[in-house]
Amino acid sequence: MSDASITDIAQAEQGTSLWHDAWLRLRRNRLALFGLGILVLFITIALLTPWIAPYGYAEQNLDLGASGPSAAHWLGTDIFGRDLLTQIMYGGRISLAVGFIATAVALLIGVTWGAVAGYVGGRVDAVMMRLVDILYALPFMIFIVLLMVVFGRNLLLLFLAIGAVEWLTMARIMRSQVQTLRQQEFVEAAVSLGLSPSTIIRRHVIPNALGPIIVYTTLTIPSVMLLEAFLSFLGLGIQPPQTSWGLLISYGAETMEEYPWLLLFPGLALTLTLFSLNFLGDGLRDALDVRGSRD
Amino acid sequence: MALLEVNNLGVSFVTRNGTNRAVDDVSFTVESGQITAIIGESGSGKSVACYSLLGLIPQPPGRIDSGQALFGGRDLLQLPEAELRKVRGRDIAMVFQDPMTCLNPYMTVGKQLVEPLRYHQKTPAAQARRRALELLQEVGIRDPESTIDNYPHQFSGGMRQRVMIAMALINEPQLLIADEPTTALDVTIQAQILQLIAELQRKRDIGVIFISHDLAVVADIADQIVVMQEGKIVESGDRTGIFRHARHPYTQKLLAAIPADSKAGATLSPEPLIQVRHLATWFGQGRKQEPVKAVNDVSFDIRRGEVLGVVGESGSGKSTIGRSLLRLVPVTAGQVLFDDTDVTQLKGRALKDMRRRMQIIFQDPFASLNPRMTVYDTLAEPLLLHGIENRSSVARGVLKLMDDVGLARNFVRKYPHEFSGGQRQRIAIGRALATHPEFVVADEPVSALDVTIQAQILDLMLALGREYGLTMMFISHDLAVVRHIADRILVLYRGEIVEQGTGHELFENPQQTYTRELLQSIPGRSLLQ
Amino acid sequence: MWRFIAYRLLQAIPVILAVITVTFFLVRVAPGGPFDSEKAVVPEVKAALEAQYRLDQPLLTQYAAYLGDLAQGELGPSFKYPGRSVNELIAAGLPVTAELGLYALLVAMIIGGVAGIIASLKPNTAQDYLPMSAAMIGICMPSFLLGPLLVLVFGIYLDWLPVSGWGDIPGDKILPAITLGSTYAAYIARLSRAGMLEVMTQDYIRTARAKGLPEWQVVTRHALRGGLIPVVAFLGPAFAGLLSGSFVVETIFQIPGLGRFYVQAAFNRDYTMILGTTVFLSTLIVLFNLLSDILAAWMNPRLRTQFSEH
Repeated sequence: MSDASITDIAQAEQGTSLWHDAWLRLRRNRLALFGLGILVLFITIALLTPWIAPYGYAEQNLDLGASGPSAAHWLGTDIFGRDLLTQIMYGGRISLAVGFIATAVALLIGVTWGAVAGYVGGRVDAVMMRLVDILYALPFMIFIVLLMVVFGRNLLLLFLAIGAVEWLTMARIMRSQVQTLRQQEFVEAAVSLGLSPSTIIRRHVIPNALGPIIVYTTLTIPSVMLLEAFLSFLGLGIQPPQTSWGLLISYGAETMEEYPWLLLFPGLALTLTLFSLNFLGDGLRDALDVRGSRD
Repeated sequence: MALLEVNNLGVSFVTRNGTNRAVDDVSFTVESGQITAIIGESGSGKSVACYSLLGLIPQPPGRIDSGQALFGGRDLLQLPEAELRKVRGRDIAMVFQDPMTCLNPYMTVGKQLVEPLRYHQKTPAAQARRRALELLQEVGIRDPESTIDNYPHQFSGGMRQRVMIAMALINEPQLLIADEPTTALDVTIQAQILQLIAELQRKRDIGVIFISHDLAVVADIADQIVVMQEGKIVESGDRTGIFRHARHPYTQKLLAAIPADSKAGATLSPEPLIQVRHLATWFGQGRKQEPVKAVNDVSFDIRRGEVLGVVGESGSGKSTIGRSLLRLVPVTAGQVLFDDTDVTQLKGRALKDMRRRMQIIFQDPFASLNPRMTVYDTLAEPLLLHGIENRSSVARGVLKLMDDVGLARNFVRKYPHEFSGGQRQRIAIGRALATHPEFVVADEPVSALDVTIQAQILDLMLALGREYGLTMMFISHDLAVVRHIADRILVLYRGEIVEQGTGHELFENPQQTYTRELLQSIPGRSLLQ
Repeated sequence: MWRFIAYRLLQAIPVILAVITVTFFLVRVAPGGPFDSEKAVVPEVKAALEAQYRLDQPLLTQYAAYLGDLAQGELGPSFKYPGRSVNELIAAGLPVTAELGLYALLVAMIIGGVAGIIASLKPNTAQDYLPMSAAMIGICMPSFLLGPLLVLVFGIYLDWLPVSGWGDIPGDKILPAITLGSTYAAYIARLSRAGMLEVMTQDYIRTARAKGLPEWQVVTRHALRGGLIPVVAFLGPAFAGLLSGSFVVETIFQIPGLGRFYVQAAFNRDYTMILGTTVFLSTLIVLFNLLSDILAAWMNPRLRTQFSEH
């Protein structure tokens, strides 16, 4: 055992990292896998919509008018004779984009804010988190409605406004993660080894804070999509000629007595997506063994 | 007839990964008026065996495979839940390990105390309260009238355990099962609680099952001792039999793990490596409140090659001293001279170089390793950081460290969660030694480990200390352990040094009352002498 | 405890002030005034109108005047309903919305709480999966989808319940209350399940069992309180959610409540109405958050005694 060589390492038993463990646990969770599958399918469809949509986005068939599902129009048509499947596909692009982009905004702001507050600590932390507390107490739903009214219904603003609401929780989660990790003995050990703060954050803090962040991100996307749909339903979100699932549901609700499929199919698309994301989020939470942050 | 007779008890846990036989063919008896100790390390099945008698293990995953438990002419294992419930808390009562978590934080102590009485005997409220007050008095709670309506968090740990004991005894049970009732407590409090249990047992002439991982704890109070390992009883007998003539190798190993000797005085260079002068570390609590003076005006020297033991109970500031020396907490005042350089004033590059020369080993082997880094990454990090090895030679350095701390080389790619507590502590020791430090702070490095593992790690540390020529600060709450490993001992109390001297001096001729109290509290003192 | 309440009240003041300030300036910098759309208005009349509503004065003066009015509880006149003040409009809408919110909260707490507790008693069995799947549907089925669906099924196909109005026909309050409450019932179910599961693994539950208490007493006497604290803390945010949910529900069911006024005001650019309602609703939400925080803290003896000792 005296002369160590690299070949010893080559023969070493492969360890299983916590990520690998988590993946194995997630794979056993059928609902989460189902969610992941649906999600991948929907995202693929959304990306390919301009090429695979059965009809053009603006294509009307006024002679046909509203018709139920048929061979030509699988999900039927609306009162202008537009193909509902096409509408749902294009609406899905917007709904998913709002969900993902606004969540990314929230993630970026929240994680940075929380990490800085948590790691620097002291007075900086107090000021930063006080601001978060104050914003937290603001009734944001009302503010978003206000913003939409004041500045007009603008997609970019919608992303920003929704992202601005959701970053607060993200910042809180990140901060508490960093604070807990900072007090962990392995971080103290890293300090006593003489590692620089940036290396400690990169190698020891972030990889360990990732789990809860991933879980929360997965659960933020559906709540953002809901928010967009909510605003669009009220007529304060996406506006024609663009469309989203919330807007389609809103139109569907107006004519549901005569043409119930116009409500049912967009509703189904939204609900199915929300289901998938929530199941995936719950599955990830169990797999990564993250203590409930939201419930 | 025995009070409780357990025959051929078998308990399994059925999990996804297979069936785990937690208790295997266990038989023992408990006599009225005697204390029967069940000793075993974590996972030995000692608690499961007792909990299963009362139907307190969750089923599933738990499953009672076989056996009988005769109590008052009935087999507890065959009783329907409704009948068993009448036994629990009335005929057989329990006291648990952690008094912090075992009392309901949302309920006043008085309400919790009278519950067994109200439920089993339907005692009227006023009468139950009177009884509770009497019992609180008996277990040594001062002024129970004014504290009975307080919530658990308003009591100290020791007081809470007294409340637990009162609660267990309120129905005058025939059998008391105490599961590690003193493990979470400071040594001086532990001694008081042990005495209380023994006293109450004698007065009431009841049977007691005392579950513990530590033979020393039960050395003074147990009548019968049952030793368990991996679900089986390896040896049982009366106290003298076990302590004098243990036959089973495992029992002998447990006995040998009780550190009984003072370290032989080594010849040390008189030259100090570290000089601590008027060190103070206070923690602020906001502007208005008084700061917590964790360490207050402490001065001492550590000589080159010396192992300095630091002993104290919780809140004595012993961990803070170690962290202050290494600049892991901000120091409020004073100097720490390391080789004549004041560590408290260092910055940047100089501080980084100093960090190479002093390292730390922590108590909790679960928390002290980054769960997302392999052994290789953990050990390679300091080697590369301080340029001890370069990219091409680092693998060799890592393997050398693994050899030194006794870890098999083929574990190099494994992650911390794949190791046992003892193995993890070896990794942590390896990381501390990687920088070839001159000085190492070991903060309770064996407290979280099973006793037999403790002995292995202590021996490893002593051996490596010699090999690497280390100066060490060994922090512990356990005087017996410190005496075994340290050349000189500091006794801390509330942030200040009360007394210092060699192990021999302190044990033979303690000068201060507090030191004497500490010494008298060492469990199993009779074994040490 | 009083210190805690006082401290939290003091914290609420800057929040409310921030709401007022931000809303005020946001509304003022918005492009397009309230009288722009009416083409028939001659410039003189417009100027007179603007003078009446103080729109011709510097922004800061307007702000100061508004704060002064607010201090007297005066939210100003409505732009769109001449002759009616915002106070009157709120007074008309509030009772309706409050009643709707109360029913919805009851629906949410009773159904959600019971479902969550039942599920937590036998985790990972049918008794757990069934209510929790229902809760998941509740979370993924937003009120603006559930409402129309309920109307379609119970109002139109089955014709069991009226589909619009408030207090006009018996039973017309049932569908709105369920629509508004269902999402929160789902959240509360998940929260109370998680809270109960957490508590049931605590050591003091084992102590209670070791005392020989029957399982139902272990749950009701020892577990419930700790398990439901997260639910109580959630009531504040739930209230805020219910209020904004009322925008949709009142629109769907044509209920003359605050929510519908607010959405209409938003479309009409009725500045004083938006401003007034926002200030009013925000204050209400902040106060409710405060209340649920205090309640949750009060349920925790450690916090309660800590603040009364100092």
